[in-house]
Amino acid sequence: MIDTQSRNLALWNWVVAFAAFLVACFLGFYQVVERSGLFDFLESAKVYFASVSTHGVLMAYVLTTFFIMGFGYLTATSSLKRPLWQPGLAWSGFFVSLIGTVLAAIPLLTDKASVLYTFYPPIQASALFYIGAALLVVGSWFWCAIMVVMAVQWRRENSGKGMPLAMYATVANALLWLWTSAGVAMEVVFQLIPWALGWNDTLDPGLARTLFAWTLHPIVYFWLIPAYIALYCFVPKEAGGYLFSEEMAKFAFLGLLVFSLPIGFHHLYMDPEQGAGWKLLHGIGTFLVAVPTLVTGFTVLASLEIAGRLGGGRGLFGWIGNLPWRNPVVLAAILALLMLILGGFGGIVNASYALNAMVHNTAWVPGHFHLIFAGTTVILYFAIAYHLWPKITGKKLVSNTLALTQLWTWFVGMTLLSTPWHVLGLLGQPRRISSVTYNSLLTLAWQPYELFMIMGGAVLLGSAVLFGVILWKTWRNTEIETDLEIAYAEPIHPPESLPAWAESLKAWNLVILGLMLISFGWPIAQFFFLKTFESLPWGY
Amino acid sequence: MHIDPLEKKWLYIALGMVALFLGSIFISLAVGIKPPSNVETIDPARLHLSEEFAEDNLGVHIQPDGRITVIMVAGRYGFFPRHITVPADTPITFRWASIDVLHGVHMPMTNMSTMVVPGYVAEVTTTFPKPGDYPMLCNEYCGLGHDYMWSKVTVVARQTWEKQHPKGGES
Ligand SMILES: [Cu+2]
Repeated sequence: MIDTQSRNLALWNWVVAFAAFLVACFLGFYQVVERSGLFDFLESAKVYFASVSTHGVLMAYVLTTFFIMGFGYLTATSSLKRPLWQPGLAWSGFFVSLIGTVLAAIPLLTDKASVLYTFYPPIQASALFYIGAALLVVGSWFWCAIMVVMAVQWRRENSGKGMPLAMYATVANALLWLWTSAGVAMEVVFQLIPWALGWNDTLDPGLARTLFAWTLHPIVYFWLIPAYIALYCFVPKEAGGYLFSEEMAKFAFLGLLVFSLPIGFHHLYMDPEQGAGWKLLHGIGTFLVAVPTLVTGFTVLASLEIAGRLGGGRGLFGWIGNLPWRNPVVLAAILALLMLILGGFGGIVNASYALNAMVHNTAWVPGHFHLIFAGTTVILYFAIAYHLWPKITGKKLVSNTLALTQLWTWFVGMTLLSTPWHVLGLLGQPRRISSVTYNSLLTLAWQPYELFMIMGGAVLLGSAVLFGVILWKTWRNTEIETDLEIAYAEPIHPPESLPAWAESLKAWNLVILGLMLISFGWPIAQFFFLKTFESLPWGY
Repeated sequence: MHIDPLEKKWLYIALGMVALFLGSIFISLAVGIKPPSNVETIDPARLHLSEEFAEDNLGVHIQPDGRITVIMVAGRYGFFPRHITVPADTPITFRWASIDVLHGVHMPMTNMSTMVVPGYVAEVTTTFPKPGDYPMLCNEYCGLGHDYMWSKVTVVARQTWEKQHPKGGES
């Protein structure tokens, strides 16, 4: 049962999410072409950095936040089988986030906020940009509140029962997001906005970077959890089988929630303002949080194998051919897992305390995170959209073959784009440059790779446009979709009861609080004890 | 609770992998490979008045005990001095401070890398195994001229360096 309010909320949240995504794909293509240096007339650092800033904000903040809000309303109502709590509040959240997005877009598109999506001070953007970004986040907090309240209400009425997996993961994500966004919210509210409005003359970039690092890694799990929900809750059923283990799935989500928070310093390995021991602590945490992802890989592969064997597949690998490769959800899951394995390997290199120096801030890094974000995460967002768009619009998916083509082209494009990026990173090319001006023998070796990247970008743009066309045509389709129910995968064994702490919101939050105090307490407090020197704002 | 025996095995494998990665980090720590982390503050507005980062003091210094230190300032859009020469196969300690915004330093094909955050001194000690001309790039977006922010480092063979710098000489 999905009520009309949730369907409409999902629809409009996703319209914003995917519109932002499409614009960002055009910008992304422009960037690879500009950066290649092959077209003189395109060369413009000013346009390039405005474009990079907008691309990053649209992809990382707008696409994800709106997609996750829309998906959450659907998961909550369909898995808990109850109507949405306070739809009015949900719409308010939608509009607050939308207004924030528009407020941030104005300075971004008019060259008043070319500070990249990581906005590292003391380069200063227009105050409107910071205020818009803050509102986007505030709007998403409405969503978090609704998810938590619905879970608490359900639990009160169903004491002793385990929460449905999809909702368990969604609540974990809502809590994760509240904790995660607190870091950047403090930076924006206490440092950036007063400083951009001229109330404060100076700020401490070291503190700003530390607060941003608080947000910068767990935010990735905020984006990733909906993709994991699809892997656990839709993929096994669509493949024709069962979920291998529901208990381990819950532990994986719990692990992501608790351990993804205190690890942000692996983004600060090369920074001077934090001590080596704190970086090491966060580094160890980073490797621990790989465990839930390794468990996820195992569970999903096992579920796929069960499905393949139920479909008659034999032998060690025979089951692979027996999977329903023509089901978009299954195809997306397989392609996502491939990219997750490669992207995860790159992440291990980045997180390696000593190895990081070779690749820090080089092209390797966008290569890596495009595999994880644009590869794994976004390809599963596509799959979720193909799966649920008919259920929220009430229209049949216009063409399964087009959907499969779109997924394959996205995979091919991402491979063409991210492979040269990794190589360029190892050859030392910095990220975040608009052209190569270094008059050096070492940098001549970078040239041939740019061509592959342009090809990759072109394929990706075509794929993105195709995605938009499929959704648009489906929305306008005259054929009616009759099956509006969302079906979740059944576990192979009925879930046995989990220990009480594994189902307790309070326990999770207390553990996180403790870990955050240990890992961020002194590293933030030190700025109030050290004799620090603050920075004046700079233009760009 | 239900954990499949197969799943239990996989968990052990996963934990084993993590232990392996962590082990290799601890081994590299033991041989002294660690990120730049000297929490040391400096006033970016008064660098020219500080003794260490005053204009006259920038560049390559040979300490009385033979160690080599390089003092540099990062500012839009260059690392100053714009060209330095250092010996190969010799530990070299770089110290940077920023006069304006955030910068990042990297020399391609080496592990010489650090962020230069205004208000803090960044320090890296490294050894260059191969002589040659290296660009010293800014790898953090620092404004519209960021692409043009690079300086040159010439790494010369150790013998060449020793011929040019008989013991105790200042560069
Ligand atoms: Cu710079």
